[in-house]
Amino acid sequence: MSDVLVLMKGIEKTFPGVHALKNCDFQLRAGEVHALVGENGAGKSTLMKVLTGVYTKDAGHILYKGQEVEIPNPKAAQDLGIAIIHQELHLMPHLTVAQNIFIGREPRKGARFVLDEKQINKDAQDLLDMMHLDLDPKARVADLTVAKQQMVEIVRALSFNSEVLIMDEPTSMLTGTEIDELFRIIRELRSRGVGIVHISHRMEELKQISDRVTVMRDGRYIATVDTHAVTIDKIISMMVGQEIYETARSLPLETNKVVLEVKSLSRAGVLKDISFQLHRGEILSFAGLVGAGRTEVARSIFGADPFDSGQILVHGNEVQIRTPNDAVKYGIGYLSEDRRRYGVMPTMDVETNIVAAALDKFLGSFGWVNKASSRFAAEAQVNDLRIRTPSLEQRVRYLSGGNQQKVVMAKWLVRDCDILICDEPTRGIDVGAKSEIYKLLNDLAGSGKAIIMISSELPEILRMSHRIIVMCEGQITGELTAAEATQERILQYATRRESIARN
Amino acid sequence: MQSEPIAREIEIAKKGSVFHSDATQKLLAFASLIVMFIVFSLASPNFARFNNIVGILLSTAVNGILAVGVSFVIVTGGIDLSIGTVMTLSAVMAGVVITFWRLPIFLGLLAGVATGGLCGFVNGTTIAKMKIPPFISTLGMMMISKGLSLVISGTKPIYFIDTPAFRKIAMGTVFGIPYAVLIFFCSAIVANLILTRTVLGRYTFALGSNEEAARLSGINVDRWKIGVYTLGGMFSGLAGLIMASRLNSAQPALGQGYELEAIAAVVIGGTSLSGGEGSILGTVIGAFIMSVLTNGLRILSIPQEWQTVVIGVIVILAVYMDIIRRQRR
Repeated sequence: MSDVLVLMKGIEKTFPGVHALKNCDFQLRAGEVHALVGENGAGKSTLMKVLTGVYTKDAGHILYKGQEVEIPNPKAAQDLGIAIIHQELHLMPHLTVAQNIFIGREPRKGARFVLDEKQINKDAQDLLDMMHLDLDPKARVADLTVAKQQMVEIVRALSFNSEVLIMDEPTSMLTGTEIDELFRIIRELRSRGVGIVHISHRMEELKQISDRVTVMRDGRYIATVDTHAVTIDKIISMMVGQEIYETARSLPLETNKVVLEVKSLSRAGVLKDISFQLHRGEILSFAGLVGAGRTEVARSIFGADPFDSGQILVHGNEVQIRTPNDAVKYGIGYLSEDRRRYGVMPTMDVETNIVAAALDKFLGSFGWVNKASSRFAAEAQVNDLRIRTPSLEQRVRYLSGGNQQKVVMAKWLVRDCDILICDEPTRGIDVGAKSEIYKLLNDLAGSGKAIIMISSELPEILRMSHRIIVMCEGQITGELTAAEATQERILQYATRRESIARN
Repeated sequence: MQSEPIAREIEIAKKGSVFHSDATQKLLAFASLIVMFIVFSLASPNFARFNNIVGILLSTAVNGILAVGVSFVIVTGGIDLSIGTVMTLSAVMAGVVITFWRLPIFLGLLAGVATGGLCGFVNGTTIAKMKIPPFISTLGMMMISKGLSLVISGTKPIYFIDTPAFRKIAMGTVFGIPYAVLIFFCSAIVANLILTRTVLGRYTFALGSNEEAARLSGINVDRWKIGVYTLGGMFSGLAGLIMASRLNSAQPALGQGYELEAIAAVVIGGTSLSGGEGSILGTVIGAFIMSVLTNGLRILSIPQEWQTVVIGVIVILAVYMDIIRRQRR
């Protein structure tokens, strides 16, 4: 058992502006399933990318089977027998299963350039048989389910005779039975002495499949423990850490007037039975892990994604929202998490951006834009939101992230939106500007706007929200008031796959 | 727990997609070709005559070879706008070698194909190494090769008067069928073998399907991309030789516009402009659809201006069908 395959010591990695890995250690034995856990951004994926040569380490040592090794690129890792299955699948959908497995090293015959398709299919069949997988080597990958596609990735990884297999959230896209099938394969590999690193957010999976758990937090190695000797609560508390964050500061809710109500919003495979109410002057946060379906809820309400069933009521009246245009008509504004792509027009000036969504308010005779009134409106927003720009003519791409975000907010305020959905409003914004955004959101709520805030940063959620809805796998798994909320409780709900909270 | 029935629905939906597979588009294209053939035959007794059929085959050859070559590029998700003028430059170079320098004909042929290959190589290199988008790179090459053709030829056609054998390359016949047609069929068969049986073909699809995945699989993406554009260029060179042989001259002012007809043929044949799928057979059928249509409309005395309009409509319809097919997936 003490056959150590991989030993990483004192790994350091810095990206511009981010110290991603701080003196990290990691150890993997042959024939074990080693779970690597931590919050979003704790450094799990980065550490594994260092091990597989996607990133190069700034400092530290990697020992493979007792020998110190350098892993400068993915090929080097592959040659050592270290394989990784990334969170996003890297397959060629138009090619067949067998073609994908052997891409880049196809068996050839006769002249060096001729493929031996028979051999490819036969070798693939052998590998699939060895893994007891029911897959047709000649099936096109595009026609397979996500789960089967993942099996193809696993088979491909193993076909390199890998002794180390790293899986980055392999279960995030799988259903119950598919996960059982995956675990069967993992156990089979383990019994053959393969060392497996399993990165996952799902606590109950750890108990099911892993032998040891390593916890990371804020780019640091925290601890490695035997899975059977530790409780899930203990792991979560290690993930969250001991630091005491600011306690929730709950703004008094002035009214109980419901401005937005969502009833049983569902979309096959994405969202299930989402219901909640949003009040005037309230900041309602959606917490959850990446992929929990929070952005999908927002996009559905905003008309950017369709939904299969459910009702949306604005100010008590049921409304049909099929396009963003409809949503805006009902006073709903959406601040996308990807500001540069969906929020601002970077090459246009501040004024144009601010009035863009409400141009018809500034039209004069013959449909000309009334420059004076649009200028007046933009100026008012720049002052109110304290947007720091040398002039209204400044192109938005030259503003800082925080000020760009304010421009997006101004756009929706000019449009008279009284419901604002802010998706990761502080992503990519530096610390000083963050607190300004927080203040702005508070002011907006104070002035009677209703705000939905989606965030992956727990301290932010705890600090800002009146209420917190926690989602996991497209469902609401819990709802907490500001007073009840703690990081631990939110994480518990966020990693719970069955909806126990709402009985 | 939520997803069991959903997974089943997906499975069912996937099964349904069998009816909208690639084969369907090819079948559809082939069926349209047959229908057109029957309609034109009924409409005019002249259409199905042997001489007219040979005429159609002959007029397909040049566009067909260009289209076959550019199919490779399009399957990688790229585009090559320079094939028409590179074709002309290749013909001019053959003329220079054969007529100006009075070297043996086969050296002229070699020079033609090599010129095409070199232009393709330059295209591939600017695209793969300098990361210039294919549309721009090949647009530049289109202008460069057009200009070079005019410069080298002194803006005048180069005739192959002293070498009567040169004309035989395209216009010699077996059983009344011109060599040009046979060369077209042979090159299509070779292209099909390359695309389906060789490493180059496999990586052509891989690049178009998911370039990043191909890179992560250890494939030297840049090198293969350059290879694909070079191969496409060589087909343009071959097309140039056929063209020159048919006209018994290298016409430096010709060429522009051919690239769009070739791309249209590829698209009608069901090859997706977004890459990852396509077939040589489809392209060949696409090329025939275009020339049958042109020929048939001409026989029905429909003015040439209208022929162009009809082909434009067909191109849009073909792509629209492809889009519908994709959405059903």
